[in-house]
Amino acid sequence: MIINIARKELKSLFASPMGWIILALLMFGFGTFYLSGMDSYFQVMSGSIRPAERIGVTMFVGQNIYGSAAYLMSFAIPILTMKLISEERKSMTLPFLMSAPISISEIIVGKFLGLLIFLSSLVLYIFLMLSTMNIWADIDFGYLIANSFGLILLISAFVALGTFFSSLTSQPIISAVLSFIALFAMMMAGRYFASDPEHWFNYVSLLPHYQSFSKGIIDSADVAYFVLFTATFIVLTIRRLDSDRLRG
Amino acid sequence: MASTLEAKNLSRLFGANYAVKDVSFNLERGEVLGFLGPNGAGKSTTMRMLTGNLAPTEGAVDICGFDMLADPKKAKSMIGYLPEMRPLYKELTVDEYLTIAARFHNVPAKKINHSVDIAKDRCGLMHMSKRLIENLSNGYQQRVGIAQAIIHEPEIVILDEPTVGLDPIQIREIRKLIKEIGKNHSVILSTHILPEVEMVCDRVQIINQGSLVFHGSINELKQQRIGNKLQVGLKKAPALKDLKSINFISDVEKIEGDFFRFHFKTNVDSEKLASLCVEKKWGLYHIAPDVTSLEDIFAQLTMLGDKS
Repeated sequence: MIINIARKELKSLFASPMGWIILALLMFGFGTFYLSGMDSYFQVMSGSIRPAERIGVTMFVGQNIYGSAAYLMSFAIPILTMKLISEERKSMTLPFLMSAPISISEIIVGKFLGLLIFLSSLVLYIFLMLSTMNIWADIDFGYLIANSFGLILLISAFVALGTFFSSLTSQPIISAVLSFIALFAMMMAGRYFASDPEHWFNYVSLLPHYQSFSKGIIDSADVAYFVLFTATFIVLTIRRLDSDRLRG
Repeated sequence: MASTLEAKNLSRLFGANYAVKDVSFNLERGEVLGFLGPNGAGKSTTMRMLTGNLAPTEGAVDICGFDMLADPKKAKSMIGYLPEMRPLYKELTVDEYLTIAARFHNVPAKKINHSVDIAKDRCGLMHMSKRLIENLSNGYQQRVGIAQAIIHEPEIVILDEPTVGLDPIQIREIRKLIKEIGKNHSVILSTHILPEVEMVCDRVQIINQGSLVFHGSINELKQQRIGNKLQVGLKKAPALKDLKSINFISDVEKIEGDFFRFHFKTNVDSEKLASLCVEKKWGLYHIAPDVTSLEDIFAQLTMLGDKS
């Protein structure tokens, strides 16, 4: 049943121009970063003569793209998540889901998965785009896989948070703005206490956890952070929707 | 006949106010039950509780032996529900939307196409399959809403004000459709239009300010409504006193102008009254059943409720 909800969500995303436009814009963005990354690689590397200054092309271009992905996603995801619940509330379509033999948890997890699958196509696209460097260079696929995994975790955290804000209001725009602010605050939280790496803000903030993936490391502590983050907001969303049924 | 739906002492509080208070009733297999009441009487709230969209403050809903609170999935699978605001995804086509509805209601994958075709056929949507719901007229959107509610062949179909906002021709078609559905399913239908209930329903329930004030067969309601009165127009009417003295008449009221309301002692006997008027040359030019308006019935019923 979760799969059916996810399929419905995918169908809705592809039935409206919104889904296509966002996919196209993001792909255009990643393509541009790829191109400029390649360009500057040769400029920078031709300047660094000592071997210690040189880094591989995978890491150089990869860092460029995966680093920017976090920022691009924080813009794109609120626009997509606002559709998930807020817009259903606004157009009064929630009873369609609530009166079908589907539990609220299944509805939320299904919606979450639908959007995650949609955005995973971008992760796959980035992976394939970077793989084309293998034609002339010998690239580090492990590094790409670690980053792709990290990006998927980051996206799921973003989507979960966006879904929660989407469940709070029946005004899609407000939910988009709120989740954008929340995402931005969570990403930037680490910056406020950058001088003190042991400060708890750094543990709560999203970006420091994502950055370890960009070194090509899959750290179980970071994986746990993202899984917990995602689960927390999904549970909160389920609670919120259930309270609709209880409080009316 | 076994009952398919049973509401037991349903109550719902919003803040400190009861939207629905202690409502109990049941629905028999294969009947059309009309849920009648003025706006804000608690019809929609009751229906939302019956379909599991709203948790009752007190009471229970039993659907074909499954409790809505304890076993919501099984209970919900027996129900098809069309809320007051049609829950349509307007960016999808009719076929896409109905396929999703069938999937959500556990129609086996192999039967989905077949079910969608049957539902479209029953609701007269065959030639609209590939149209976007957004581009359909109000009446056709309503049909899609009904198709969505019957796609999984539920035991019970619950329709909340299905004819609101439609034009007279569409209303007639939707009523025909509801009667059609009533042959195979139990139907609960809410409305604030009394003639609609008389046309479509087998049994009727009137709800006012959250409480049931009347339930009975449609004939009982008609009796209530028409009663033993006739409206008569007399051009050369005698004094009210003379009219009151007719032996089979219990009371006469003057309505306005030449119109009088005759209350019969027993059953209405228009022939007897007409021949009497002709005989006495009172200038009879109008004789008709005196139909009580819905407001009057509400007034009557709520007053009865207050007394008891």
